[in-house]
Amino acid sequence: MFYFARRLLHSILVLVGVSVLSFLFLDLAPGEFFSDMRLNPQISPETIAELRSQYGLDKPLFIRYGVWVRSVAKGEWGYSFAYNLPVAQLIWARAGNTLELTVSAAILAWLIAIPAGMRAAEKHGGTVDRFAAAASTTLLAIPDLVITLGLLVFAVRTRWLPVGGMASLDAASFECMERLKDTATHFVLPVVALVLATIPVFFRHVRAAMVEALASTSVLAARAHGISRNRILFHYALRTAANPLISLFGLSIATLLSDSLLVEIVMGWPGLGPMLLEAILSRDLYVVIGAVMLSTVFLVAGNLIADVLLYWSDPRIRHATT
Amino acid sequence: MRKKVIRNAVVILCVTYGAVLMAGFFAPYDPVEQDREHPFAPPMRLHFIDAEGKLHLWPFVYTWVPKPEAFTEYDLGQPFPLRLVVKGGDYKIIGSISSSWHLFGLEGGEHFYLLGTDGYGRDVFSRLLWGGRISLAAGLIATLLSLSIGLLAGVSSGYFGGIVDEAIMRLAELFLAIPWLYLLLAVRAFLPLRINPLEAFLLLIAVIGAVGWARPARLIRGVVLSAKERNYVLAAKGFGASDFYVMRRHVLPQTIGVVLTQAALLIPQYILAEVTLSFLGIGVGEPVPSWGNMLGALQQYHVLASYWWMLAPALALIPVFWAYAALADFLHVRLEFRH
Repeated sequence: MFYFARRLLHSILVLVGVSVLSFLFLDLAPGEFFSDMRLNPQISPETIAELRSQYGLDKPLFIRYGVWVRSVAKGEWGYSFAYNLPVAQLIWARAGNTLELTVSAAILAWLIAIPAGMRAAEKHGGTVDRFAAAASTTLLAIPDLVITLGLLVFAVRTRWLPVGGMASLDAASFECMERLKDTATHFVLPVVALVLATIPVFFRHVRAAMVEALASTSVLAARAHGISRNRILFHYALRTAANPLISLFGLSIATLLSDSLLVEIVMGWPGLGPMLLEAILSRDLYVVIGAVMLSTVFLVAGNLIADVLLYWSDPRIRHATT
Repeated sequence: MRKKVIRNAVVILCVTYGAVLMAGFFAPYDPVEQDREHPFAPPMRLHFIDAEGKLHLWPFVYTWVPKPEAFTEYDLGQPFPLRLVVKGGDYKIIGSISSSWHLFGLEGGEHFYLLGTDGYGRDVFSRLLWGGRISLAAGLIATLLSLSIGLLAGVSSGYFGGIVDEAIMRLAELFLAIPWLYLLLAVRAFLPLRINPLEAFLLLIAVIGAVGWARPARLIRGVVLSAKERNYVLAAKGFGASDFYVMRRHVLPQTIGVVLTQAALLIPQYILAEVTLSFLGIGVGEPVPSWGNMLGALQQYHVLASYWWMLAPALALIPVFWAYAALADFLHVRLEFRH
């Protein structure tokens, strides 16, 4: 229990640190949402001053931070200037869409990478291994932006899949089954883009960890005892190889979130990505901070889950900490 | 096998960097020169057989018949032989020597669009070379900046230990806790939006470089921690060597392997960072070409659907990425596992 409490406390401190850092940057940066209004002759300086004080922008940094912390505690996450709404209201719907995309992509990528990596490691130097190595090298050489654009061009040319958004424009008029199909087809393109962008790294790590595990003396002993190949592979080697893979699972959340940000913007998926870009362009800074904080929460949560899994899978950690 | 791969990688990088460095010579036209008659003209083919079916030994070009909607028909009336090393628009080599020679071109003021034109009738091939300059330079300079900060932070953290170490590593942890692209966009968000292209370029490099210091700093710290426990370091200290001397003479050389490997990993990542930000419209802006803002045109549906040659910068990224990945693999094995 102490182990988890310590990890949780550490995560919370990281989040506090990130929020303080964001506010420091924000304070150093020139310009704000209302700077553009000053150029507009129809808005008097008094109105702007009033608006600024209404949003608390005329206060010093630490008071603004205090106000923001209080609004986080209330579940508002600050106020959006552009929408005149609490940031949380804007973000939650979007965050759900981002999670939907990244979680399905993560599951799919791991479901492909683990068997492929195990298979390649089992007969390393074999046909499967060589083919998979060539494929992952090729995919690694193609940047995620290029993968995304390439898939879009493919979809536009073949007209097999819809491009952009989460649903067709007339989706509201569809029958239940039709609507489900519509959502599913909109889902394919961004998920495939994310899977292609992340899978080579996953595959390489699974393969490396499995090669190492299969070369260990315990596996040799198991083989000498005449234990079947499949049992060695799944029961002995996979458990030995699990440690680095679980840590990688935590880290992979970060890569997936970054990739997803780009894929969402390019493919028009209504997640955090397009909202963040729009907020940047309109200098809606509390929305920017909200999106960054939320992405950090996801990342930190991913690492926490990895910690829990490690605790569960590795007796060494269990015994060292209890 | 490995030798061949690494040789190919080095050749690809030399050719790419050479081509963009000498962009003025290899590019037939000025990157901002517009041909209003030819927006979105497709790439022109080199012909060897003319309209009458006669074979020519030297390639020639037919220009497009200007039409209001699309260019589908060559003007077969007049062939223009391709000329090598021709006089054209003025440019400067590495910012100083003036020249007006170009590798290839046509006579009589006609244009040869090797990779077609964009929506403003600008030559995509010329923009690809000039834009590569911006994107590749951004990658190099940002990496230099990021590794300098990382080296400074990592060495002081590992060498001095204690509170310095604690402070630097906690800060690094915060930078690593934010997903990379979110961090990049957030830092960009707090800086001014409407600036001229040169300022944007410098700002972009500063942002990308400053944001990425944490990972190299951590790795370098690890190397320094093990290096400072070596016997010869203790001996040097015993003879009264100063901290600065020990760092320069014994600790820094140990970090070279990590620094070079990190450089090979970071350069392509930072090139992509520039491309991504300019693609999103918050990096280097028009009319200055960069691979990112050239790709930005593809955010319009009709460009994506009809004008495949606008994908040229995306295709140019692939060999560069492959070469850096091969280089990083090679350096990792050669330099880091040596110890």
